[in-house]
Amino acid sequence: MKDQDRPATPARRFFLREIGRGAACAGAAAGAACLLGAGTTTAARAAAPAPAPAPEGHAGDYPVPGYDWTKHRWAFAVDATKCIGCLRCVEACKRENHVALDAHHFRTWVERYAYVDGEEKPRIDSMPDPVNIAEAGSEETYRFANRYRDAKVDKAFFVPKLCNHCTHPACVQVCPTGATYKTPDGFVVIDHKYCIGCQYCVQACPYGARFFNHAKGVTDKCTWCYHRVVKGLMPACVEVCPVQARMFGDLNDKESVVSRFIRDNRVQVLKPETGNAPNVFYIGLDKEVI
Amino acid sequence: MVPLFEPAPFTGYVYPNETVIPWSVLIVVYPYLTGLVAGSFTVSSLYHVFGMQQFKPVARFAMLLALCLMVCVPMPLLLHLGHPERAFNAMITPHLTSAFAIFGYAASFYTVLLLLENWFVYRPQIVQIAMEGKGPLRWICRIATLGSNDVSERALAFDHKWIYALTIIGIPAALGLHGYVGFVFGSLKSREWWSSDLMPPVFLLSAVISGTSLVIALYVLTSLARRVTIDESCIKGLALTLWGFLIFALLLEGVEFASLVYRSREGIEVIMEFVKGPLLVPFFVLQLTLGSLVPLLTLTYLIVRGTRGRALVASVFVCSLLVLCAVILMRWNVVIGGQEIAKTGRGLLDYEPELYGREGLLAAFSVLCAPMILMFIATRIFSPWAEEERAALLRGRPALA
Repeated sequence: MKDQDRPATPARRFFLREIGRGAACAGAAAGAACLLGAGTTTAARAAAPAPAPAPEGHAGDYPVPGYDWTKHRWAFAVDATKCIGCLRCVEACKRENHVALDAHHFRTWVERYAYVDGEEKPRIDSMPDPVNIAEAGSEETYRFANRYRDAKVDKAFFVPKLCNHCTHPACVQVCPTGATYKTPDGFVVIDHKYCIGCQYCVQACPYGARFFNHAKGVTDKCTWCYHRVVKGLMPACVEVCPVQARMFGDLNDKESVVSRFIRDNRVQVLKPETGNAPNVFYIGLDKEVI
Repeated sequence: MVPLFEPAPFTGYVYPNETVIPWSVLIVVYPYLTGLVAGSFTVSSLYHVFGMQQFKPVARFAMLLALCLMVCVPMPLLLHLGHPERAFNAMITPHLTSAFAIFGYAASFYTVLLLLENWFVYRPQIVQIAMEGKGPLRWICRIATLGSNDVSERALAFDHKWIYALTIIGIPAALGLHGYVGFVFGSLKSREWWSSDLMPPVFLLSAVISGTSLVIALYVLTSLARRVTIDESCIKGLALTLWGFLIFALLLEGVEFASLVYRSREGIEVIMEFVKGPLLVPFFVLQLTLGSLVPLLTLTYLIVRGTRGRALVASVFVCSLLVLCAVILMRWNVVIGGQEIAKTGRGLLDYEPELYGREGLLAAFSVLCAPMILMFIATRIFSPWAEEERAALLRGRPALA
């Protein structure tokens, strides 16, 4: 099941039902509540909506039969020291999720940091870099060009990036319709049938994880392959990673690979100062990683 | 086949998804239009609420202008949306934490307020056309009278009370609407160029100066076209208003920029590279110097010297055009500039607007022209000018004579 096929959130269903009952006065009430809400909630940074309970009749069986979204708390882990920059994850993601095959739309990507001798700051590149596109031969395949073969490189490493499915997601905070929302099991997803395509969320994400799906006229981003996870599968990028640099697991399970990863390592998250509280945990980052 | 998107060229490192600039030139036009609404309404309220008699010649015109601009405000947004047919989703299920969720409500409220206020202001003319006019316009005006043909002195006094009350509500509504547009940008923590508490007042002040300038420019141009004498005290009053608000606008913009540079948070190197490079001409030379400082100094000179007559009108007119250009440049430098500085803090993008297409320059220009066309039509039906001029205009219509 893909995120765009997902039903409206319980909160929105409730709201719609109430509008039907309350008729005209509901609009006025919503307007007033909206005015109050925008001021107070923003100030209080109450961005994360309270976990929605499974709708009536779906307890223990939502959003698909045999899966209860109130019983899980998923998280992602990246061991950047293991990543070899093969970009299988990028290819797998593009194909699994039908992401546009070009160098400007990614649900996940990999960054390369290279400290060249004599330079203070690392050189950073990724998929849209013209040198890498030229090396790949087209925008539809992805390669890191061997561009530093003649340079003396002091230190170099790769950093896989994807949506952080933050606990306080700025993208969810700014969405004017509620088309993007946080599920109780920890995913930030987009209802493609409800998104108006204003791209305010694209602006709000500090990680550049969101992009505009031109074909559908809506915003798009990594879902941690929610459609696979609810069936008991791993996200596509985790599945294909040949070095286990990418890991995925349930924080409610103390013995899951991610729980153990967080317990056994001193982990970091990206841009903690934004207050978004990301849920992709890294080891092997560097002070220059952005 | 026209490509779905044009990736922007970049230098340094930008996130892969950043190469497609999300908000186009249409989102430059959107705050510009809301600013003009707020500004022209402010001019109108100076007469209707603050009782400044020198603004009487333009007060009714400014009120009609605010309405014509306001009905066009949703146009750039609807053109920009990936799914404009779903625009009402934001009103059916407003997501209360979003700064943008209240736009539909705020804009609707303000449009209704402007409609009501214009109805009261132009009611005598609506009644006149309903009684004496011809053709479909007469029928439209008959409906628009809402069943009240009473234009007695007592009824008009009652109307004035309503105009006064509506303008009092309208001032915070107009300023709030535009201050909130500033908040839409200023509240985003993802972009250092936008993230500022001063963004709402900066937007607000620039709104007032742009609206005042538009009223000045249109008043001078239409007076020349109508071959009537330009009211010098009105122009002087407008020049003083522009001068006063221009000082605050420049000061706030300066403080905002200074604090951004002084704070020097992460990514300031790239911001400075941007400011000294691609932004040098549009920001420092055109927006700040030519569009703001030159009008400010000119207006100061005019006020100090007590210049009168044609020299005053011509100078204030040129100043108003410069300010109008400066404010649209300011919108461009904020909206596009903010997106040209990559979120990585390590790279710069170069937005190249397309000419045709839904989000092209032509579409943006058309949106900017739309309120002027509306205003032209509206002033053919209702005369916004002073009473004696209206009478003169009506003489031109045999049906209404």
